[in-house]
Amino acid sequence: MNLVNKEQVKKKMASRLFTNRILQGLLLLATLFGLIVLGVLIYRMTTQGIGYLSLDFFTNFASRFPEQAGIKAAIVGTLWLMAVTIPVSLILGVGTALYLEEYAPKNRFTRIIQVNIANLAGVPSIVFGLLGLTIFVRLAEMGQSVLAGGYTLSLLILPVIVVASQEALRSVPKEMRDASYAMGATKWQTIQRVVLPASIPGILTGSILAFSRAIGETAPLIVIGALTYVAFLPENLYSGFTAMPIQIYNWATRPQIEFQELAAAGIIILLLMLIILNSIAVLIRNKFQKRY
Amino acid sequence: MNMTVKDRPKKKQTETKKTPIVNVENVYKVNQLNLWYGEDHALKDINLDIPEKQVTAIIGPSGCGKSTFIKTLNRMVETVPSVKVSGGIQYRNQNIFQPSYKVEELRTQVGMVFQKPNPFPKSIYENVVYGPKIHGIRDKKTLDKIVEKSLRGAAIWEEVKDRLNENAYGLSGGQQQRLCIARCLAIEPDVILMDEPTSALDPISTLKVEELVQELKKDYSIIIVTHNMQQAARISDKTAFFLTGEVVEFSNTNELFSNPADKRTEDYITGRFG
Repeated sequence: MNLVNKEQVKKKMASRLFTNRILQGLLLLATLFGLIVLGVLIYRMTTQGIGYLSLDFFTNFASRFPEQAGIKAAIVGTLWLMAVTIPVSLILGVGTALYLEEYAPKNRFTRIIQVNIANLAGVPSIVFGLLGLTIFVRLAEMGQSVLAGGYTLSLLILPVIVVASQEALRSVPKEMRDASYAMGATKWQTIQRVVLPASIPGILTGSILAFSRAIGETAPLIVIGALTYVAFLPENLYSGFTAMPIQIYNWATRPQIEFQELAAAGIIILLLMLIILNSIAVLIRNKFQKRY
Repeated sequence: MNMTVKDRPKKKQTETKKTPIVNVENVYKVNQLNLWYGEDHALKDINLDIPEKQVTAIIGPSGCGKSTFIKTLNRMVETVPSVKVSGGIQYRNQNIFQPSYKVEELRTQVGMVFQKPNPFPKSIYENVVYGPKIHGIRDKKTLDKIVEKSLRGAAIWEEVKDRLNENAYGLSGGQQQRLCIARCLAIEPDVILMDEPTSALDPISTLKVEELVQELKKDYSIIIVTHNMQQAARISDKTAFFLTGEVVEFSNTNELFSNPADKRTEDYITGRFG
């Protein structure tokens, strides 16, 4: 009659609970590993770079003399780049995701596009640099400008934004769309009034990660010929520029210890910029979530 | 009851040339309708005339195609990929499958209430004005009037009039469903399709929705899918019994339940299967 042997169950109980405890510990260790490395990094950067963090550091251009060197051109350059990259990649990325998820017929062709986008997300950034060099710098004759750099970074993070946005769009329940369609709404009205508002938090979360990546990218900018020593600020979209990671790379490759410390100071600023960007995005996200 | 309808002046939409064979106007004439989901033959040779300003119930066991059928009437079934349809559905004497027919226009005339209450994650007010707004009504005063009229029409006005700006998700399931009915009324439809509107509700909310349906049929033609036979018997004027994608029997509700013509109908309504 009794298919479940109560004795057996009782005997097994202790070892099951034990396994559970062990796994809990192991997973905690895995989490701590990343945290500890991050902690060490922040500690090293702070102790090395803190000495250089003064007002002069923000207001001076790069210099041969470490005590006079500043990060002004790099900060402004990065801001210019982001001013191009964020709108371009958001509009193109969300647009692509909307088309693929909402409008495109689900056939072989769209599946191929889908797979390709996923693959593009894994292409090394230097390849995108070469692409940007060929298309934007040479073909479109933008030169080694902010615009070319911004477009290249946009291309680089586009696949990530598309995939993240598609995921967010897909998570909007079918019942919501049905409710809208059943009242005679067109596809665009449904997207605009139901689908997009519900998926904005998800789209932003994915996009923020992508922007953070774009801020820290060095290789593609070097390939398209971003300047490494700049004593001026970009005046318009066609100006030459440098960016934070390039400046840091430049300092870090010099043999003198002072420049190493400058690099550390630069990294602190870069991290701060990332935190600020992420916080803004989180604020926007929370605002949209509160509306519902 | 049918006589009163006959004597009423005809609506604009109906063709005046035709002399009606029956003494009731039909909103829908379904003619040899077949539908496939890929290879799966879901609806087979359906022929039905759905009368105006009456409640038509569609009953049948799970998977018999009753939901598919009702979703075909406003072409919502097309949101499922791989659907193929043959045959015709005439809504007010227009074939809804002809290429020039605009599906958005059809759905403005034919509202739908779904199985699961599906209000938008917006305020109660915004939910009701959703339909009017997408059809271009912007005037605040008109919208306010629509909101009150629709919510009264769905018998929920008294419960929500003081919290129109609160999120609809704060309502109970039954209230949400009546809000969805109000949202549907807000576009002033001609027909209301209801796809098992009470299956996710408790008995008291179910009762309220059933009473509401009785009230609504004065102004609207209602087609309701239900797997609850008692419900069909209680609220409908005509009943269609679906089985494996076919219409087994379609007649006046009293007749179908008291004196079914088909053996299978009898087996089903006496609870021998399904």
